[in-house]
Amino acid sequence: MEIEEILEKWSGGVYSVSIGACAEDGGSRKNTVRIGGQKSLPLLFKEGDIPNRPVIAFEIWDIPPQDWPEGLVSSYGKAPEDPLIWAQMCVKDFGARLLCLRLQGAHPDCGDKSPEECARFVSSLLEKVSVPLIIIGSGDDAKDNLVMPACSEAAKSERCLLGCATQENYKTLAASALADGHSIIAESPIDINIAKQLNILISDMGFALDRIVINPTIGALGYGLEYAYSIMERGRIAALSGDKTLSSPFICFTGQESWKAKEAKGGDKQGVIWEIITASSLIQAGADILVMRHPEAAKRVFGHISVLFGGNNSDH
Amino acid sequence: MFIIGELINGMYANIREAIKERDKKEIQKCALDQIACGADALDVNCGPLSKKPREDMPWLVETIQEVTDKILCLDSSNAGVIEEGLKAAKNGVIINSTTADKEKLDITVPLAVQYKTWLIGITIDKGGIPQNKDRRLEMAAAIVADCQEKGLPEERLYLDPIVLPVNVAQAQMKDILDSIAEFKLISPGIRTTVGLSNVSQGSRQRNLINRTFLTMAVAYGLDSAILDPKDSALMDALITAELILNKNIYCDSYLDAYRKK
Repeated sequence: MEIEEILEKWSGGVYSVSIGACAEDGGSRKNTVRIGGQKSLPLLFKEGDIPNRPVIAFEIWDIPPQDWPEGLVSSYGKAPEDPLIWAQMCVKDFGARLLCLRLQGAHPDCGDKSPEECARFVSSLLEKVSVPLIIIGSGDDAKDNLVMPACSEAAKSERCLLGCATQENYKTLAASALADGHSIIAESPIDINIAKQLNILISDMGFALDRIVINPTIGALGYGLEYAYSIMERGRIAALSGDKTLSSPFICFTGQESWKAKEAKGGDKQGVIWEIITASSLIQAGADILVMRHPEAAKRVFGHISVLFGGNNSDH
Repeated sequence: MFIIGELINGMYANIREAIKERDKKEIQKCALDQIACGADALDVNCGPLSKKPREDMPWLVETIQEVTDKILCLDSSNAGVIEEGLKAAKNGVIINSTTADKEKLDITVPLAVQYKTWLIGITIDKGGIPQNKDRRLEMAAAIVADCQEKGLPEERLYLDPIVLPVNVAQAQMKDILDSIAEFKLISPGIRTTVGLSNVSQGSRQRNLINRTFLTMAVAYGLDSAILDPKDSALMDALITAELILNKNIYCDSYLDAYRKK
């Protein structure tokens, strides 16, 4: 007996967001990265179009990383001592097509770099690498509200992805990103209601919903991964059912969360595995950007994406 | 909830006058206002006083189509009037309506099949208004069977249990609500609609009665309603009812969020 294949029909879809601007769009990037655009739950190719595969962004800092395990830092050799060299290494040696710069050096406890210094770093980075950039603040709201506008302006017209806006602190970042032609990351604490509310607040400022990327906040394997999974699944089902206020792609800071796990610190190999499992699981949940730390983990996850989505690209 | 705006109806003086004077602007404004307030489709009714409904209906359809491609719900008990509207319509149409009478079904169902429209089937026949739930279900089953036989896909049929004024038929309200839920037992794909404002006809607290009934009907699984989308308290109550039924994800600005859809 032939069994009929039951396929879900969806009325909505995820917005497609483009990161990076090439010369013809007024920027200086050599490539752009397009995410989102799905009309189906993750990997259910028969139910709807999935035009873009998940992408990996290599996380770099503007200062040598401070709390990263030794094995993680040394995977880049001595490069992290000079973040500009580190960035170039990600692109040249590891094939990164997207970088995520964390301006940790601006944090009052980590060097307290001035907005001007940070902006200069962003300008230098844009000169040294030609891939699109995600730029996120130090996590200190007051300082980020000074630093991010300067960095946004330094990267004007490069169509970066700037973060992270939160329900308590979104106006300054949204205004800068809007003025300088960037997209924005809206962060909510594993809470779909707040994710939705923040998207509305940001769109009320005049931001098009198709320029917002949701950071749903994730937990690593063993640290709330399944909560993140449920939240992302619920948001994605709402998007596919037509809720435009939740129809944004997801960015997941998998490296940051995975390397916090005590198991990850238990040995270099274990850390790599932790990051691979966390990232791979979140692909199933609908992650569009995976911000990763260990180049070996990134390589393995890239291979996994190639298996899932077919074909192969030589670059990440 | 699929919302059909009820305001383009010759029963209202401004519309009656606009039809008579062929005042396109008034009709188009009424169409756009309702859409701005959340209407997914627009009911089009020449009104009981129209002397030439077969001319008025296509004029209304053409006038509205100049400003929107929303679905039009052609509202007349006369199939000839509906057919004139169908000929003029360029976009989706709902035929409003057929009764459960065989001779009525024999005219309207083939029209719905031919023009690929939706059809509202009202559970009423020449025997009169049903006095209980069983009679409603019986007529609903007859309408469903007739549509199946004539080849109208189930998802193109809306069943209307015929809402009566609460000040006339108070004892029937619970039966009407139960019918909304039980129509789905005939076939789960069947959708339901109501002409909402009937419920408050002749009452003093019209808006309150409308929104209370709608809220309750949503809980009984109502899929669609013909209503006044410009009644913002009604729309707020509807959105909140759907929120409580977990049809949309909560956020503090859920009313705005719904309207952004």
